[in-house]
Amino acid sequence: MNNNKVIQVEGLTKMFGDFTAVNAITFDVKKGEIFGFLGANGAGKTTAMKMLIGISNPTSGKAKVAGFDVFTHAEDIKKNIGYMSQKFALYDDLTVKENITFFGGIYGLSRKRIKEKSTVLIEELGLEKVANKLVGSLPLGWKQKLSFSVSLLHDPKIVFLDEPTGGVDPITRRQFWEMIYKAADQGTTVFVTTHYMDEAEYCDRVSIMVDGKIEALDTPKKLKEQFNAETMNNVFLKLARG
Amino acid sequence: MKTILYIIQKEFKQIFRNKGMLPIIFVLPLLQLVILSNAATFEVKHIKFGYIDNDHTSTSRALVEKFKASTYFDVLTDFPSEALASSAMLKGEVDVVLEIPHYFERDLQKEKYNTLGVTINAIDGAAAGVENVYVTQIVQRFNQNLKVELLQVSDQQIQPITIETIPLFWYNETLNYKTFMVPGILVLLVTMITLFLSGMNIVREKEIGTLEQINVTPIKKSQFIIGKLFPFWVIGMGLLTIGLILAKLIFNVPMLGSLPLMYLYTSIYILVILGIGLFISNFTETQQQAMFIAWFFTVIFILMSGLFTPIESMPKWAQLFTEFNPIKYFVEVMRMVMLKGSGFMDILPQLLKTLLYAITMNGLAVWSYKKIT
Repeated sequence: MNNNKVIQVEGLTKMFGDFTAVNAITFDVKKGEIFGFLGANGAGKTTAMKMLIGISNPTSGKAKVAGFDVFTHAEDIKKNIGYMSQKFALYDDLTVKENITFFGGIYGLSRKRIKEKSTVLIEELGLEKVANKLVGSLPLGWKQKLSFSVSLLHDPKIVFLDEPTGGVDPITRRQFWEMIYKAADQGTTVFVTTHYMDEAEYCDRVSIMVDGKIEALDTPKKLKEQFNAETMNNVFLKLARG
Repeated sequence: MKTILYIIQKEFKQIFRNKGMLPIIFVLPLLQLVILSNAATFEVKHIKFGYIDNDHTSTSRALVEKFKASTYFDVLTDFPSEALASSAMLKGEVDVVLEIPHYFERDLQKEKYNTLGVTINAIDGAAAGVENVYVTQIVQRFNQNLKVELLQVSDQQIQPITIETIPLFWYNETLNYKTFMVPGILVLLVTMITLFLSGMNIVREKEIGTLEQINVTPIKKSQFIIGKLFPFWVIGMGLLTIGLILAKLIFNVPMLGSLPLMYLYTSIYILVILGIGLFISNFTETQQQAMFIAWFFTVIFILMSGLFTPIESMPKWAQLFTEFNPIKYFVEVMRMVMLKGSGFMDILPQLLKTLLYAITMNGLAVWSYKKIT
């Protein structure tokens, strides 16, 4: 086994009754890579991701995440990954600090470590003034950045981001990608889904899902060459329109 | 263990921060206790009474006086005719109509026997039964006085023979309805609040999406569930405490049995309810669904708990069903311990059944809670 590969997927399939949401997808993600997981709405991105993070049982196929099998060791995977869902999933009725403390706590961080982490994190995000405010009162962009930071609290090997920049302004998106790069620099593998094709350009490698299948997988540069397109946007349009 | 503490801490913060929920948790139930205990009574009082006196003699007037003297009857009208009395009953202006026949006094003296007509509005059968008993009692007492008078006139040697029953009402000597109802209503509010809160709580996290976030953490199912339910267990016990204090202060309900026993039983009972709540929330997607299902069960459990109607008078199949009704056991235990002063051994059957129920329900709830779908 190649230790460099933190995600190995082979023929992973998910069926809901007769409907095949994810159709035998196969790919690898290397350590420290920023892996873009693209696809139109309903292409099966979120379903695939849910299987990888151990909250949805695959129908068939093989998948290993952080060295653990998704069928048998889903709970071990969870210790090694962070996840940020497309729906904001911190507690609106807790303050910034309380959210950090809570998630740090359930990941088993010590009180001391949580304190340190939250001080650093709040400072980095520039949230000092609102640290004791309810998260529900923050603007969406701030929430998303906080959410990302919280998913990195326990220093996971891989972080899964499901459309992290949906509905966020361009400046905040920029800042968000800076955070992603920083995390990748520190050795965290980033698995990210997005609709924004300019963001796809920032990824090391990109896969494009169409109707449950992965139709293309390579670096943005090579994909553009392969499809004879100027931008990732055109690559995506060519693929998605069939 | 530490993980559980983090969840408990979070839950308490959220509960006490929710300004809309706090009064629902603490104020409404206690209002309920005060209002329902006063209002939900089966005592039949202030019966709207009317009479048709066709006789107009001293005897007939004396009989009517008896009714006027009774605290149960509000004597409303002297109806001149039967037709008027009927139409008044139809309009609901009168519940009981007594008809005194023509020549009532004369026939009574001549034949030592006479009949009275009594019409009772029996839409509420139970109330009608009670009203009938009251009427009969008053007529009988009147009868006895009359007999004594008549006998004294005719033959002073013969004493009237009467058998009287003297009832002793144990455990609630004054037949105070509140003494009976307060423990029961206390049961209701502890049950309803804990069931609704626990049932809706996890569904709420499903709705807002935080449950998914929890499910991708390595937290154990049991840790999460204990951490989630413990705060509601505490709230349930808190409600019991406030309820017991109010029962003593406002209604002066006796507390003959041991308080620790009461708390021991309640602590297990609340686990049953929390288990049911969690079970419901595992099978529902929205708070509305959870609410409706919880409501469905509460209504059935309450009506079949023996709180309002005695279980002994239910049909056999229904009695069998009540064996699976946790509220029934709580009502029994509450009344036994508070009013009869029952001890540990007396409530042991209920205690064991409740414990078994708690284990089953929580087992099912933990089993049906899935981190992976």
